[in-house]
Amino acid sequence: MAAPTPGVISLKHITKAFPGVIANNDISLDLVSGQVHCLLGENGAGKSTLISILAGMQLPDSGTIEIDGSPVTIGSPKTAMRYGIGVVHQHSTLVPTLTVIENLMLGETGLLLKEKRAKARLDELSDLLGATIDPDSLAADLGLGQQQQVEIAKAMWTGSRLLILDEPTSMLTPSAIENLAQSVERLTAQGLGVVFITHKLREAYSMGDCVTVLRGGRKVGFLSSDELRSYTEDEAQTAILQAMFGEDLAAAGGLADAADLAGAADAVREIPAVDFSVRPVVLELDDVTSAGRTMDVAVKDVSIRIHAGEIFGIAGIDGHGQTGLAEVVAGQRVATRGSVRFDGNDITRLGVRERQALGVRYVTDDRLHEGTVGSLSVALNLMLKRIGKRPFWRFGQINRAAVNDEAEKLIDQYTIRTPSPSTRAAALSGGNLQKVLLARELGEGAQVVVVNKPTYGLDLKTVRLVHDLLRDFASAGGAVLLISTELDELVELSHRIGVISKGEIVGTVDNDGVNTAEKVGQYMIGGTQDGD
Amino acid sequence: MSDLLTPLFISTFIATCIAGVMPLLLASVGETIGEQAGILNLGIEGMMLAGAYVGYAVTIASGSLWLGMLGGAAGGMAMSLIMLVLNTWLGLNQIVLGIAITIAGQGITSVLYQENYANGQVSITPDSWMIPGLSRIPAIGGSIFSQSGIFWLCIVLAIVVASFLARTNWGLSIRAAGQKPSSLDAAGGSVMNTRSQAVLLGGFFSGIGGAYLSLLVVGAFTPFMTQGLGYIAIVVTMLSRGRVWIVAIISVLYGFTQALGAAMQLAGVSIPPQLISMLPYLVIMAVLLIFARSVYVSPVLGAPYTRGAR
Repeated sequence: MAAPTPGVISLKHITKAFPGVIANNDISLDLVSGQVHCLLGENGAGKSTLISILAGMQLPDSGTIEIDGSPVTIGSPKTAMRYGIGVVHQHSTLVPTLTVIENLMLGETGLLLKEKRAKARLDELSDLLGATIDPDSLAADLGLGQQQQVEIAKAMWTGSRLLILDEPTSMLTPSAIENLAQSVERLTAQGLGVVFITHKLREAYSMGDCVTVLRGGRKVGFLSSDELRSYTEDEAQTAILQAMFGEDLAAAGGLADAADLAGAADAVREIPAVDFSVRPVVLELDDVTSAGRTMDVAVKDVSIRIHAGEIFGIAGIDGHGQTGLAEVVAGQRVATRGSVRFDGNDITRLGVRERQALGVRYVTDDRLHEGTVGSLSVALNLMLKRIGKRPFWRFGQINRAAVNDEAEKLIDQYTIRTPSPSTRAAALSGGNLQKVLLARELGEGAQVVVVNKPTYGLDLKTVRLVHDLLRDFASAGGAVLLISTELDELVELSHRIGVISKGEIVGTVDNDGVNTAEKVGQYMIGGTQDGD
Repeated sequence: MSDLLTPLFISTFIATCIAGVMPLLLASVGETIGEQAGILNLGIEGMMLAGAYVGYAVTIASGSLWLGMLGGAAGGMAMSLIMLVLNTWLGLNQIVLGIAITIAGQGITSVLYQENYANGQVSITPDSWMIPGLSRIPAIGGSIFSQSGIFWLCIVLAIVVASFLARTNWGLSIRAAGQKPSSLDAAGGSVMNTRSQAVLLGGFFSGIGGAYLSLLVVGAFTPFMTQGLGYIAIVVTMLSRGRVWIVAIISVLYGFTQALGAAMQLAGVSIPPQLISMLPYLVIMAVLLIFARSVYVSPVLGAPYTRGAR
């Protein structure tokens, strides 16, 4: 590996606007070799846009990038690579049907595949990262931690001077994060610059040599390495939090609450314990196997019992049958074997509408397409699952007054920010769309609700609102099946956590407050990577 | 029936079989390249007809089968340019474009044929390479080892495609473009270039598939002569999921049933000839039903790629 040249990559006054939003507003940063530079900010703060500009996926509207003092234009990922900028994207860029080594060789030039040389290079990088990866296994078969190591190896394939890690930790267990931190340390010791993007304060503090805080597309705070070293942990946290929330700090509930929101400490359980021996089982899945669709993983022999008042979490890497599980419960997918029971009654053969009427609800993770109809009004979207029912429809005719009254009530109750009930749903932000979905599914006799990645891509305040709604729903006696790829969220909210892998529940962990994340992690590793 | 199994009969049987296999094999290889790169080329029927017509016209004009094949390739590629510009570059819908190309290919070649060759069709005699020694083996000598040189070239081309897909950086890029184009892009490859090459190669192979049909199988062009062969190629491609050797096996199966039908007619089996000519299509449908589960369609097949769009 060529020795990376010491130096600095500077972003100067970067501005990038998308229709309706300024994603980056006059952001300037210096990325120094041998340092871990943390970019901290909540969803929508502009972190990913900034990275895609550095990676050559987007061009800035204005502003320049300078490498060692000379201005450059990074117009394509290829150019970024030529400058030694390697990116590990938030979403996996491995091709699942190719092997590890094929994934790594992708993008090389020359006619024949140089597999031998590639394997030697992988060995070299494995030593550097402190990981062992079988070059011939399919990318789809790797566990999450390994997948990430391959992604890092890929980012550094042609010799990198700056490694960008975009939200690498969301589904990693504490020990896997520890491994990652060690790998990063080894890389910076070699003189590499690392950009570490996160929305968790504790990671920014523990990993970063310096921290830049983004909010609403602007750079609102910077702690240099000297400052960070001279502060105590509490001082540093306060400084970062003030930057993160600014004048909203009070609205976020003061420093302590804000620290909690920003993930300052390790996640701990935040729901009261419930004695389930006295609670009835509301939802019961017995050896349920679903029909697969072309692309995603089918559910195999899943058995789950959820009591009234319980939040049952499902942890796992995205795409391991979570959607299948949710849809089998909601009635959107047929169970080919096994039975689904609600309150003791077999509902396996019932359709979505009948289950809906019984009180089985589903909040999909595909808010934009499956969850809402963008071209319809917010009011109609709130009523989507009650079409044709009295008093909103009479003799096949819509009763607009009744629909609007109900909609206004829900908009108020769930603090949905919309100009009016008749605004098209497509105009709402992601957070408000999610509130629309929750208002629709949680209201009106809901007893079981399946929520699929309920806080994905939402800002911290909405995240907290969603969490509160779920908690309230459970403490009022509802049963929740919470599917998430955020381990912290599961640990905070669930009474029990089942781990799903390749469509099967490979283990269930009681969330009793002792090392839950670690235990969940054990199942995730065991389930996806036998004998590893 | 045993008295039918003379060397001459077997020889004819094999030759008929090869005649059925080759156009389908070539078209399916072209379709495979496209589909591996994420392009569903429904216009293959039109590209084959264009290849068949241009190949025929060039052969008559030049007197050379080889130049005719080259013309056929050019004809197929010319039709694939529509796909290239409108779909790969401009992102229009592949299904609509494919159907348009098929209809255009059928229409244009029919009109040109009526205009130029309807009165006084010239038929073309295929050349044959007698391979020294081997061509004297009874039965297979007169069929396999006295085919046209073009036959051998086409076999070589199919093998080259198979090994390129598996063993080269180019093949890897093609496969990545059809599975997760964003990964290829992020790895510094060009999705546009890769897919453009795949589209053109698809046109190339459909073109020579069509030209093989008109020049070496039938010996003349007739309108609509492909009779749905292009659609069968799409099915074959979906079943074989990028593995050229499976493409070859299914093509041989198709050619075999076609030859079987002809043999049954020769043997005087009293089945209506319409039923017999249905046979190859029925076989492909049966294969499709039996292996329906193994039909794998990549999630990005048919979707144009835009950088940064999720």
